[in-house]
Amino acid sequence: MNASTATSGTRKTVQGTRSHQAHDSADTGAKPVSYREAMRAALREALIKDDRVFIMGEDIGRYGGCYAVTLGLLEEFGPERIRDTPLSESAFVGTGIGAALAGMRPIVEIMTVNFSLLALDQIMNNAATMLHMSGGQLNVPLVIRMTTGAGRQVAAQHSHSLEGWYAHIPGLRIVAPATIEDARGMLWTALQDPDPVLIFEHALLYNASGPLSPDAGPVDIDTAAIRRPGTDVSLITYGGTLPKTLAAADELAADGIAAEVVDLRTLRPLDDATILASVRRTHRAVIVDEGWRSGSLSAEVSARITEQAFYDLDAPVERVCTAEVPIPYAWQLEEAALPQPATIAAAARKAVG
Amino acid sequence: MSGTRQHRAKPQDPAVAEAAHRRELLREMLRIRRFEERCVELYSAAKIRGFLHLYIGEEAVAVGTCRALTPDDSIVATYREHGHALARGVGMDSLMAEMYAKVTGCSRGRGGSMHIFDTERRFYGGNAIVGGGLPLAVGMALADKMRGIDRVTACFFGDGAVAEGEFHECMNLAALWDLPILFCCENNRYAMGTALERAQVETDLAARAGSYHMVSWAVDGMDVIAVEQAARRAAEAVRVGGGPHFLELRTYRFRAHSMYDPDRYRDKAEIERWKERDPIVTLTAQLKQDGDLTDHDLEVFEKEITAEIAHAIDTADAADTEPVEDLTKFVYSPRQT
Repeated sequence: MNASTATSGTRKTVQGTRSHQAHDSADTGAKPVSYREAMRAALREALIKDDRVFIMGEDIGRYGGCYAVTLGLLEEFGPERIRDTPLSESAFVGTGIGAALAGMRPIVEIMTVNFSLLALDQIMNNAATMLHMSGGQLNVPLVIRMTTGAGRQVAAQHSHSLEGWYAHIPGLRIVAPATIEDARGMLWTALQDPDPVLIFEHALLYNASGPLSPDAGPVDIDTAAIRRPGTDVSLITYGGTLPKTLAAADELAADGIAAEVVDLRTLRPLDDATILASVRRTHRAVIVDEGWRSGSLSAEVSARITEQAFYDLDAPVERVCTAEVPIPYAWQLEEAALPQPATIAAAARKAVG
Repeated sequence: MSGTRQHRAKPQDPAVAEAAHRRELLREMLRIRRFEERCVELYSAAKIRGFLHLYIGEEAVAVGTCRALTPDDSIVATYREHGHALARGVGMDSLMAEMYAKVTGCSRGRGGSMHIFDTERRFYGGNAIVGGGLPLAVGMALADKMRGIDRVTACFFGDGAVAEGEFHECMNLAALWDLPILFCCENNRYAMGTALERAQVETDLAARAGSYHMVSWAVDGMDVIAVEQAARRAAEAVRVGGGPHFLELRTYRFRAHSMYDPDRYRDKAEIERWKERDPIVTLTAQLKQDGDLTDHDLEVFEKEITAEIAHAIDTADAADTEPVEDLTKFVYSPRQT
């Protein structure tokens, strides 16, 4: 990760306003762009650089994408490469797998992670198993992008964070870009991967904006990143809760607590080395995960810390997760269900003691 | 496509060629039948484990359709796929070794009976989720079309798959995008133990495919000649840009669904009625009646097939198993860094 990646996230607020980034862009010459624009630039780059790349999904063409990520691509690249599909997640995800087997580099967009469950059979039973089950004969170079997460009052069938489920599955690589640089850079690297990569984009990040160097390009999809260095406690998170965690770190700094913020970036395989190195420096860990607590990614990270760094800990590992309820529509209930800067800061204070 | 197929007569006139061709079809069906029969014994002897789904009774479908395909075409099959694999030219040694869970198996012994893969023969499984192979086949056909490759993807599935939502999604997508795919529906009348008419309101499966604006028709799947002719016609139409075609191949499995199945859901009389239409018995009788097959021919076939199977068993028995150190190999591809 380069330095600008490491620092840019610290200035973003939960709403992704750009008040601070304007100063950055004046300093570096980098233009402020939104997460959505960065993702679109990555898609354009892929379509231009590799004629095997095409995109398919629901309403990605004429409509412009339900989150407008693919807006304008149909006009630029045509209907052969920007394919609107019928509402048939299982068929078009499986079609992506088949096309990947037959020499293409498909990018499949699924509207939200909740809808991806209709394609879970294809993702789990075909994409993830094919290489091993065929004795190494068939790899599946497929990229699947989907939106995840809550915070928009769209209730219990459009708001969940199920990336932790996918991170359970051997054979898949799971990434969660949380910064503008990662939105711009993870896709190309994912496309070079010989195996299936799932990219989870938190819906609240699309409007986040920050500086992006005009020559920003591919980034690694192997390592976690320290988004804010600190000495007193490690706040470990990813995706949509990164801005909230950084806000919590700001709040903690005002109290004299120096929190280190670790962005997992890749949820499978986890970068144990970066997680453990941080915990060994700070001796305290708080894991922030918008997934539910039970059987979750946060549980996995916690287990790895206690398995490998137990004697470095000065306090029990804390977790801040989504309340174990279907995400409700009412704003005050939804807000109460989700990790918030105040609850993250409270958990950190408890860990610090 | 078998490396061991014998060409007895040099075809000089169409009638001789036709007779030779029909003998080859018979031999190939017999080869599959005898292979499957030995598999039953080997299963009882615990040489083959796991699930084992036999193709006995349905041989005409795989043999007839595979004959209509070129080596460059692609095949996606189901968990009842030994017949398709053999008819396609997947080596019997590597197939048997796979079922013996040996590293010399086509899938290194990791897939077993239900997951036969052989990319050299463009044989893409071996899918044990009913309907799960259809989207793969649609995607492969899409890739071929986008890359301008004149290739047919043949996708096999059973009547049970027609009840799956995935089937309808795939029919729609293949027709909507006009993809070069040949859907081969092996209607053996039972989805495991549930009869077609007990599970689906419209039992005319070709008609259901027709509702997706696809050329589709039903074929006597117990008649290898009829299957081959239909498959040839459909495959050639697909190949010249005619879009997806659908064959409902009406057939019957003589054995239970799997080795675990006590077969309580069918009348013995029904099974016996279908056995009267045994594709091997029928073709044998026809060839003999036409003077194109002698008992000696049959003896030679049986002898050669027995030897081929014995060789497959011997080599599978002697082969190594994959070392457990390789367990996690191929979960991910080697990274190029």
